[in-house]
Amino acid sequence: MKTLKLIYFAQIKDDLGLTSEMIVTKAMTIAVLLDELRQRGALWQQVLSEERAYRVAVNQVMVSEDVVLSDGDEVAIFPPVTGG
Amino acid sequence: MNNLKKFKLHIQTAPFDSYNEIESLTVDSDNGAVVSFIGLVRNNGDHSNIVGMELEHYSGMTEKCLEKIIQKARQRWLINAVTIIHRVGHLKLNEPIVLVVVASRHRKAAFAACEFLMDYLKTRAPFWKKEICADGESYWVSAKNSDYSALEKWD
Repeated sequence: MKTLKLIYFAQIKDDLGLTSEMIVTKAMTIAVLLDELRQRGALWQQVLSEERAYRVAVNQVMVSEDVVLSDGDEVAIFPPVTGG
Repeated sequence: MNNLKKFKLHIQTAPFDSYNEIESLTVDSDNGAVVSFIGLVRNNGDHSNIVGMELEHYSGMTEKCLEKIIQKARQRWLINAVTIIHRVGHLKLNEPIVLVVVASRHRKAAFAACEFLMDYLKTRAPFWKKEICADGESYWVSAKNSDYSALEKWD
């Protein structure tokens, strides 16, 4: 089991009504973690669907979904960036 | 970043004075060129009648990410100084959002590095804009494919 800090930004944060949370999970990779989150219900399925572009960062570095998670990781989920 | 003569990276809610920032990079006698980009809040974006913007960022990751982008630029061009200032929080119409200034011996490096920094900032740095319209509604800005295709020229 590992404890993760999840952080949400922008449209995703607004849609979920959630800024951050601590979770305990067995998920080995980002892909498995995202599947676990989708199990939470229709809203999560919709926000984290393939059609809705989202990005994932682990410990503040953007990563692909096959990245392996470690205890204490900070995982951020957000829409494609729009600064500048 | 020690080997850049001057390096400034600020993420801030307060407005900034673009011209002072540019001026401050013109004093080094080794600089032959200073190129700057100022991004502004305009009235028409994804929606019309925009009166302001709300900017969010991922504190910590933003700074790391911009430092990495500056390092990439330094590997490609001989540049003496870089300033990047990006505002977050509430911005009014016409206010500057971002300033990128690059100083170099020669103009080509300064022009190219400035454009490179902006192209990467727009597609890599974790900032998100929300347009606020005159009727009080607000909408998150959607990412543009054109911003991503702009990166291809640097491959």
